[in-house]
Amino acid sequence: MAAVLESLLREEVSVAAAVRWIARSAQSSEDDPGEAAALSSLRPLRKEFVPFLLNFLREQSSRVLPQGPPTPAKAPGSSAALPGRPGGPPRGGRGARSQLFPPTESSSAAAAEAPSARRGGRRRGPGPGRERGGRGPGGLEEGVGGESQLWPGGRRSRGSGSPGSPSLVRSDPPNLSNLEEFPPVGSVPPGPAGTKPSRRINPTPVSEERSLSKPKTCFTSPPINCVPSSQPSVPDTSPWGHGLPPGCRSLQEEREMLRKERSKQLQQSPSTTCATSELGPPLPSWTGNLTAESADPARVSSRQRLELIALVYSSCIAENLVPNLFLELFFVLQLLTARRMVATKDGDLEPSPGAPDSLESPLFQSVHDCVFFAVQVLEHQFQVLSYLDKGTLKLLAENERLLCFSPALQGRLRAAYEGSVAKVSLAMPPSAQAVSFQPETDNRANFSSDRAFHTFKKQRDVFFEVLREWEDRHEEPGWDFEKGLGSRIRAMMGQLSAACSHSHFVRLFQKQLLQMCQSPGGTGGTVLGEAPDVLSMLGADKLGRLRRLQERLVAPQSSGGPCPPPTFPGCQGFFRDFILSASSFQFNQHLMDSLSLKIRELNSLALPQPEPSDEDGESDVDWQGERRQFAMVLLSLRLLAKFLGFVAFLPYRGPEPPPTRELQDSILALRSQVPPALDVRALLQQGLRARRAVLTVPWLVEFLSLADHIVPLLDYYRSIFTVLLHLHRSLVLSKESEGEMCFLNKLLLLAVLGWLFQIPTVPEDLFFLEEGQLDALEVDTVASELGLDGMPVVDQHLLYTCCPYIGELRKLLASWVSGSSGRSGGFVRKITPTTTTGLGAQPPRTSQGLQAQLAQAFFHNQPPSLRRTVEFVAERIGSNCVKHIKATLVADLVRQAESLLQEQLVTQGQDGGDPAQLLEILCSQLCPHGAQALTQGREFCQKKSPGAVRALLPEETPAAVLSSAENIAVGLATEKACTWLSANITALIRREVKAAVSRTLRAQGPEAAARGERRGCSRACEHHAPLPSHLISEIKDVLSLAVGPRDPEEGVSPDHLEQLLGQLGQTLQCRQFLCPPAEQHLAKCSVDLASLLVADHIPVLGPPSPRGLERGQARRLLHVLLSLWKDDFQVPVPLQLLLSPRNVGLLADTRPREWDLLLFLLRELVEKGLMGRTEIEDCLGSLRDAQWPKDFSEELATLFHLFLAEPHRPEPQLRACELVQTNRGTVLAQS
Amino acid sequence: MILTKAQYDEIAQCLVSVPPTRQSLRKLKQRFPSQSQATLLSIFSQEYQKHIKRTHAKHHTSEAIESYYQRYLNGVGRNGAAPVLLELANEVDYAPSLMAPVILERFLQEHEETPPSKSVINSMLRDPSQIPDGVLANQVYQCIVNDCCYGPLVDCIKHAIGHEHEVLLRDMLLEKNLSFLDEDQLRAKGYDKTPDFILQVPVAVEGHIIHWIESKASFGDECSHQAYLHDQFWSYWNRFGPGLVIYWYGFIQELDCNRERGILLKACFPTDIVTLCHSVA
Repeated sequence: MAAVLESLLREEVSVAAAVRWIARSAQSSEDDPGEAAALSSLRPLRKEFVPFLLNFLREQSSRVLPQGPPTPAKAPGSSAALPGRPGGPPRGGRGARSQLFPPTESSSAAAAEAPSARRGGRRRGPGPGRERGGRGPGGLEEGVGGESQLWPGGRRSRGSGSPGSPSLVRSDPPNLSNLEEFPPVGSVPPGPAGTKPSRRINPTPVSEERSLSKPKTCFTSPPINCVPSSQPSVPDTSPWGHGLPPGCRSLQEEREMLRKERSKQLQQSPSTTCATSELGPPLPSWTGNLTAESADPARVSSRQRLELIALVYSSCIAENLVPNLFLELFFVLQLLTARRMVATKDGDLEPSPGAPDSLESPLFQSVHDCVFFAVQVLEHQFQVLSYLDKGTLKLLAENERLLCFSPALQGRLRAAYEGSVAKVSLAMPPSAQAVSFQPETDNRANFSSDRAFHTFKKQRDVFFEVLREWEDRHEEPGWDFEKGLGSRIRAMMGQLSAACSHSHFVRLFQKQLLQMCQSPGGTGGTVLGEAPDVLSMLGADKLGRLRRLQERLVAPQSSGGPCPPPTFPGCQGFFRDFILSASSFQFNQHLMDSLSLKIRELNSLALPQPEPSDEDGESDVDWQGERRQFAMVLLSLRLLAKFLGFVAFLPYRGPEPPPTRELQDSILALRSQVPPALDVRALLQQGLRARRAVLTVPWLVEFLSLADHIVPLLDYYRSIFTVLLHLHRSLVLSKESEGEMCFLNKLLLLAVLGWLFQIPTVPEDLFFLEEGQLDALEVDTVASELGLDGMPVVDQHLLYTCCPYIGELRKLLASWVSGSSGRSGGFVRKITPTTTTGLGAQPPRTSQGLQAQLAQAFFHNQPPSLRRTVEFVAERIGSNCVKHIKATLVADLVRQAESLLQEQLVTQGQDGGDPAQLLEILCSQLCPHGAQALTQGREFCQKKSPGAVRALLPEETPAAVLSSAENIAVGLATEKACTWLSANITALIRREVKAAVSRTLRAQGPEAAARGERRGCSRACEHHAPLPSHLISEIKDVLSLAVGPRDPEEGVSPDHLEQLLGQLGQTLQCRQFLCPPAEQHLAKCSVDLASLLVADHIPVLGPPSPRGLERGQARRLLHVLLSLWKDDFQVPVPLQLLLSPRNVGLLADTRPREWDLLLFLLRELVEKGLMGRTEIEDCLGSLRDAQWPKDFSEELATLFHLFLAEPHRPEPQLRACELVQTNRGTVLAQS
Repeated sequence: MILTKAQYDEIAQCLVSVPPTRQSLRKLKQRFPSQSQATLLSIFSQEYQKHIKRTHAKHHTSEAIESYYQRYLNGVGRNGAAPVLLELANEVDYAPSLMAPVILERFLQEHEETPPSKSVINSMLRDPSQIPDGVLANQVYQCIVNDCCYGPLVDCIKHAIGHEHEVLLRDMLLEKNLSFLDEDQLRAKGYDKTPDFILQVPVAVEGHIIHWIESKASFGDECSHQAYLHDQFWSYWNRFGPGLVIYWYGFIQELDCNRERGILLKACFPTDIVTLCHSVA
């Protein structure tokens, strides 16, 4: 590979030809024959060039970005031939790949030491670096790659740097070697057998001291030289041709060979070319010195060479030959912001005068070189840069090195900054908002039984309780999801027995997921780096809020680096942990079903239609809406797909790939017959065909990012990866022609795909290996249609929301400005989605037919908003129509049912017969009327739709268009309503009538009379009457005083009693506050009070009559009571209690016994028609059965006779009363 | 009547082992003249109920029942007109209205062939005239009218108070022109949990958005508030979003700590209400 670079440097081959050579396997006619010859000899190496170049650059930069390899580069070293491919015999293990740095004599100890140290740091096994492996609450015990940091629950301990060199922590330059900022993206081989592919190339053969002193800052994945030094390297006969010895795959060895070829015997140990290996443990040149060396364009050492390599490198980037665009940009920005060069011991860095333009001498000999190279690349990448967010542009434009090295580029960047509107706003952290209760889906009718309904009711509450607790506590140190909530969640899941309950719960879960993880809680968020705007936007009263926001902004936020592993940030963590803790197979299955359905639904949602491109303000407004809707759908899809991937691959997820080929094969055989949870391949192909990749690919990436190690090896998914790789290659940003995808759309896809290719579970070699097969694969897009891809649906905000890691560029630049190391992780919070509203209703799918076709055709030449309006109106009116029918026709039928039922009850007696039978009779009478629903529905739609359409369309809509739109809306609404009605009206009537019947029958119960016919207040009533509760309370006090025990000074004044009864009258007349139970108790208390009056048991206050009430007063009070009973009570008064043994017995205690009041009362009752004579006679009769003292029995008998003896006419009764009144207490004696 | 925790504790302190009679209540009013009578009664009732919940079980052991019954029989044997049952309840520190069914059940067990059902007992408590023994009927009646914390009358008063405040609240909402759905309407629609009122258009009270209002005609102490939160308020929040609880007889200030979360406490109908402005364009 070096040979290719060499020939480039020697100008034997032009850059353009080289890039063409790399990008395409076939030679192009443009190629110069000489070039072609030079390259064709290297043909077998073609696809290894890019990985070589990337590794070369990383390695060369290691002195500037000294601690470990600077930037992750997921590139296999070189010839990683597939087993069985022609040109190389099968190798030992899967993924065995080239080693940049096979162990040499000088570094063998380090090589043996380093891997274990690193592994210890990355894995949970016992090892020196164990301290990092703290498992987070609820995290997957053995998550992808066994790395706790893949799962956000696992909070990484911040203290890095070994005890031996604490100062290193502070003094680190912004570099990627920090594990915390750049979590490893590689996976570790389980044992010595694993010649493990690595994600990041570590070009540094670390010295022993270093690996011991800084085990954790050693970068990430295992070093490329994984084969322990004690073992011989795996024989490698990769197709080098050229007689190179086997195993010769590292840069150094290659160099070694070049040296031989040129007969240059430079006596230096191979390791010395790696600056970092020379570093002593304390890294003296770094500690305590953060100031950056100034970079001077005049001091660049070998301009031409740098320019050339920059050009090759840029071309590779431009052709999408690198796996991850943004990773390379990040690397370049690192070079731009490199602080100083690390000095080496032996001065090896001096350019060797003999071969200034060869690979012999280091590429970057000074900071000046780095900056020069970086600026060169940035100039080539200006177009991409210009699409970054405003904040990044500002930082770039203000970078003094950039200004110094390329004022022209700086000028362009400044212009781009000034012209940019790409503010990326930060959303407020969403607060939990509960999914609202929707009667349509949540009421009793949607459940199989009362029990299921009530269980779900409880579950909803438990779910939110758990959620609230999580919100409160998940940030507390030491809190553990599983410990805190696990058992409660499982108990709740245990109650979900019926399948129907599962689906209800899953719906709730999914809705809440979308609501919490996709909505920012209403507020639009604030804008980065625009503090004054923020202030004015929020207003003064929001200052507190702003302060809190600022606190959050400046709080260190651990970031995942430019290619973080998939995580579940924020609220998503709750849902992930919930799924894990619930560990319910049924739940997972229902969830997958539901997620798949929703994904399909959203993925096929009709999104913005291509609109005739008029650039006026109106369409601009429309486009904002379209973009918002697209963003919302895309973000929802990504969220759903991520969770689908999580749940679908959960059972297969293991810490590491299978250790042996045999095991892997057997797993593959097993897995290949498992159908995918969702046919994502078909959806991807559909998406590509319909030119909707910009919608489909981002969510597919989310789904795949959670796949397990085996997935990419399965034929089904392998073919998906192949398509994605092809797509990636085809998204050349510089190509801008008619029918091409929009720039930002491409950028989004490149970013997400690049990220996917760095995911630990995706084999590292995939990107470079599959390449060869791509040419065969062509996706046949429907060329005529300009799908979503060609529409500017992605803006910077969406880009940064989907790919927050792009923000790392800004962080890097910002940390350069602030002079901080960036170790604290920067200050940019993760960007979360900001869209709020619901996903909107899906337009109805109309049945096919000529009319439908005509309607389609009609819409074709109208703005899409017209179609949306019509569909929306039809959908709403149709739905309203159903509601209207329910409220009118069905309600009428229910009323009829009620009156029919009443008749039935009257004719058949109280119970009315079997309720089920009654229902049948009623339904058979009423259901036929349901047919009217269709006519009424049609009328409703006819009447309502046109107005709505007219109100929503622009005034200027031509009359013909308007009337067509109205007619279509009427038709669609009618269709919708009538379809529903004809299918459901009978069932609906039945249900409502059934409810009415049970209501009516219940109303026939004992309290029915109480509820019977009730009068309200009079119209003039101002509701000032005393409250019933107050009266009951007052009367209760009187009763308790009367019954005793009481203190000697306690009593009731007659005035108070009269007042009380007066108030009772007022209360009974004002019905405002009176409820039946209260009235019943008042009635009963009034009877008790009457009995106490009759028995003269009311203790009266004051001197005039110390013992009891005056007879006259008592009689007056009884009169009041009688009239209340007669006129004011609307509930039955239990008057028979007046003659209950207990109340009559009260008389037994009084001496002398006075019966006149009782007799008076009885007569009044009869006279007022409150009780019938026979009723009283019955009561009196039964009184005689009770046990009484003998004299009392006799007196009672006398009373009985006296009452019976009275004539049945009112006149004499009156006289008798008067008689009784005049001769108080002697009535019985006289008779 | 919003009390601080300290104020509340001071009142609660005075209620330890006080029988639930009108005399006790009178003394309490004299002790805390500045507090409203209703608030004091509500606190008294709640404290007493907590006390009864703690000690309830010990009055229902068979030994205890037997001993009470014998004491009752001895008492009425001496003088049937004396408040035997009431005094027994006060002596053993149990609610008179709860002591009554204990003795009644024991009595019926002795005098009837079949053991009495709960509903028969309850019916007799509501209407002591049905009790076959005249003396016991009077004793039971006396217990019920003298108990200010338990019993059918007290239950009815509490129910009535609750109803009255709902009506008051409804009037205030109507007066403010805030349209709402009440519990009955919600239930008819099939809602599984129903606050007293759901506002059809949310309003802001003291800067907090509210969707529903629950009226509580009691004092909000820690115990009852926690129970309400768990059984009602959070359930409402889970379905309808943030809302307002009115404790008409006041509450402990410190409990109003979920405002940000979406549960606002007030002791009266709020005055600071902001409604959604409809643009008059």
